[in-house]
Amino acid sequence: MTLLQFDLSVLGISTLAGVLGSLLGLGGGIIIVPTLTLLFHIDIRYAIGASIVSVIATSSGAAAAYVRERMTNLRVAMVLELATSAGALTGAYLAGHLAVRWLYVIFGVVMGYSALMMFRKRHQAGDEFVPAPWADYLKLHSSYFDEAAGREIVYRVARTRVGLGLMYIAGIVSGLLGIGSGALKVPAMDLAMRLPIKVSTATSNFMIGVTAAASAGVYFARGDIDPFIAAPVATGVLIGAVLGSRLLGRLQSATIRVVFVAVLLWVSGEMLLKGLRG
Amino acid sequence: MSEPEAAEGLAEAKSESEERVRKVELLISNLLRAGVILSLALFFCGTAVSFAQHPEFFSGRSFVGPSGAPRSPILHSLSGVGAGLAAFKGEAIVTLGILLLIATPVVRVGVSIFAFIYQRDRLYTLITATVFALLLLSFALGKAE
Repeated sequence: MTLLQFDLSVLGISTLAGVLGSLLGLGGGIIIVPTLTLLFHIDIRYAIGASIVSVIATSSGAAAAYVRERMTNLRVAMVLELATSAGALTGAYLAGHLAVRWLYVIFGVVMGYSALMMFRKRHQAGDEFVPAPWADYLKLHSSYFDEAAGREIVYRVARTRVGLGLMYIAGIVSGLLGIGSGALKVPAMDLAMRLPIKVSTATSNFMIGVTAAASAGVYFARGDIDPFIAAPVATGVLIGAVLGSRLLGRLQSATIRVVFVAVLLWVSGEMLLKGLRG
Repeated sequence: MSEPEAAEGLAEAKSESEERVRKVELLISNLLRAGVILSLALFFCGTAVSFAQHPEFFSGRSFVGPSGAPRSPILHSLSGVGAGLAAFKGEAIVTLGILLLIATPVVRVGVSIFAFIYQRDRLYTLITATVFALLLLSFALGKAE
C-alpha cells in the first residue's frame, strides 16, 4: 500500500468510526484503535497515539458547543480534572512499560464493558436531600436550562470524593488506551455525584480534552504519535462526529443498537484473543 | 440611597458578574474552536506539502513495516519540529498541527486560571493552576523516559 492509499483509507475508516462513535455515544477512540490494529496491522502503540489526538479534536469541538449552551458545569469539570489528568499521566506512563499483549487484553475488556453500558438504564437523580460538605465547600451546586422541560433546573452535587476516585480510574484507562473513556466518566457523574444526565454528558465531553492532553504529551514526547497516522485519523473522526451529530435522533431503533453492540462485543473479543495468544 | 435603589444596585452588580462569567465562557468556546480549525488546516497543508516533496509516497513503497512500526523516524521534540519547520518539511507542519491540538485544552486551562483570578476565587485559582502544572508535567514525563 502506498502512503497515499494508506492515508485515504485511514481517513475514510476514521470518518465511519466518528459517525458510529457519535451515534452510539461512545466516541471515536474505542472504535479506531481496533480498526487500526486489526485491519491495518499497525502497532497498537501508534494506534493509541493517533487515537488520543483524535479524542482531543472531537472533545474540543463538542465542548465549544456545550459551553455556549451553558450545559457544562465548569467548576465540577475543573475539580474532577485534577483526578482525570493525574490518572491520565499514570496511564500513559504504564502504557510505555506494560507488555503490548496486556494493552490488547485491557482494551478488549474495557471495550466489552463500554458496549454493554449502552444498555444501562439512564439514572434520573432523585430529589432527596443528601448532605455534601465537600460540594458545599467547593460550591459545585448549579443549575442549567432544560430545553425539553422549558425551565431552569437546579441541582445539587453529592459524593465529591467518590467522584474523584472514579475519575482517577477513568483517567488511567484513558491514558493507557488512548480513548476518552466517557463510558466511565458519565456514570461516575450521574450515578455517584448525582448530576443531571445532560450536565454529566456535557461536562464529561469538556473534561475528555484535558484528560487526553495530559496523556498525549507523554505519547508525543515518547515518539508514539506518527503524523501520517494521527492527522488522517483526527480529521476523519472529527468530520464523522459532526456528521453523526446531524444524524442523531434518526437512529433510535433498538434493533440497530443491538446489532452494533453485538459487533462491538465481537471486536472486543478479537482484541482480547489477540492479547491472550500473545 | 432608598431601599429599592439599593436592591437595584445589587441586582446590577450580580448581572455584571454573570456577564463577566459569560464572557469567559464565550472566550473559552472560541478558543477551543479556533484551536481545532487551525490544527486541521495545518494537517491539510502539511500533508499536501509532504506529498509534493516525496513523489515516492504515490508509488508502490509499503508504508507500514512488517512489525507495524512506521518507516520514518517520528519528530518528538520541540527542537526537532522547529528544525523541520525551518527546512519547510511537510511532516513538521503536520506535527505542528498535532502540537497545536494538544495545546488547545492546555491553553484553555491556562485561560481559566486568569478567569478565576479575575473573579477573586483563590480556591479555584489553586485547583486550576494544579491541573495546568500536571499537563505541563506530562511533556517532561514522556521526555524523561
